[in-house]
Amino acid sequence: MLDLDKTNFEAEVLKAEGYVFVDFYGDGCVPCQALMPKVHEFADTYGDKLKFTSLNTTKARRLAIAQKVLGLPVMAIYKDGEKVEELVKDDCTPETIEAMIKKYI
Amino acid sequence: MSKIYDVIVLGAGPAGLAAGLYAGRSRLSVLIIEKGQDGGQIAITDEIENYPGQIVEGESGPSLIARMTEQAAKFGAERVSDTIKEVCLEGDIKVLKSEKAEYQGKNVIIATGAHARPIGCKGEAEYTGKGVSYCATCDANFFEDFEVYVVGGGDSAVEEAMYLTKFARKVTIIHRRNELRAAKSIQEKAFKNPKIDFMWDSVVEEVGGDDILQWMKVKNVKTGEVTTVEADEDDGMFGVFGFIGTIPNSKPFEGIIDMDERGYIKTDDDMHTNIPGVYAAGDVRIKSLRQVVTAAADGAIAAVQVERSMSDYF
Repeated sequence: MLDLDKTNFEAEVLKAEGYVFVDFYGDGCVPCQALMPKVHEFADTYGDKLKFTSLNTTKARRLAIAQKVLGLPVMAIYKDGEKVEELVKDDCTPETIEAMIKKYI
Repeated sequence: MSKIYDVIVLGAGPAGLAAGLYAGRSRLSVLIIEKGQDGGQIAITDEIENYPGQIVEGESGPSLIARMTEQAAKFGAERVSDTIKEVCLEGDIKVLKSEKAEYQGKNVIIATGAHARPIGCKGEAEYTGKGVSYCATCDANFFEDFEVYVVGGGDSAVEEAMYLTKFARKVTIIHRRNELRAAKSIQEKAFKNPKIDFMWDSVVEEVGGDDILQWMKVKNVKTGEVTTVEADEDDGMFGVFGFIGTIPNSKPFEGIIDMDERGYIKTDDDMHTNIPGVYAAGDVRIKSLRQVVTAAADGAIAAVQVERSMSDYF
């Protein structure tokens, strides 16, 4: 799982070729913390087929807003730098996240 | 076959963790099943001022829950993270099924809680996470120095509005009546807060924008007048946080357990539902006050009822 910040988000996601998974989380977000171990498990299981990244939005607020992320958690798939699918807030469950990952591997 | 527990507790909020603690202390074998994070609604609440003993400086919902979790574990409550999809509650052995496993218990305590009720306006689902939120501690950070609106007039609405003033430039409480329902002590603080403003007798009818929330229509319920609130030009967006009550998490039990028309589970004073060996505790049941203190009390009562019923048998 690659930790992103505002210095490398562009290079690692927006300018990356192919599919990238991004876990948008934040410091005060308890639902995000609850999901994190699951997302890391998925990264271990599917990491050889899909690039897994995460962004702490607390330290990259403007960047998150520019990505139309204004509510957490958000699990998103980017393709060639464009967001192609996302799960927002209550739609993020271990089951839905895994189903989304499986669509892109 | 898998282990048969004396009692399975569904949900690890204040009700479920209290039930786990009491059952564990009674030396019952207990399994607590939680689908997400411990604490439920309390885990996303910044300030808990009214739980007896809760006057520790800097304490929040998550830190209170962390201690409850630790205490339940100390007395031997087992834990699993899973989502129950199907239940079979008739008979002496209750079976709870998820996608990956099956759990069996002689008793079940349903402490699944409740979740935020939607504001009930047009465009709400589309703009959830795009400016509409029900979790201030999750999303307040995005609105640092922006304008924020809070819908509701109860304790949660006003307390969360106060929390949001730490981030937002201005917080406006939109309430459908002309006075707040929140506790007087909370109201006093809100009226004194220079960042908080009010829109009385008002309801949000529609929210919209260009992928992120930029406008909303607010109707005055007395005059019928509809006003469009637009984002400040420099901001380009604003936030709407809804705290207008809850919806019970009782779907898997529909048609099996007696509930009211809104889905809250019917119990007697000792938390018994209509099915023997099945109890409900906390926000998921019909009750007059949904608070951490009443949820914890429900959980304790249910666990003690389980213990008594089992000692009758054996």
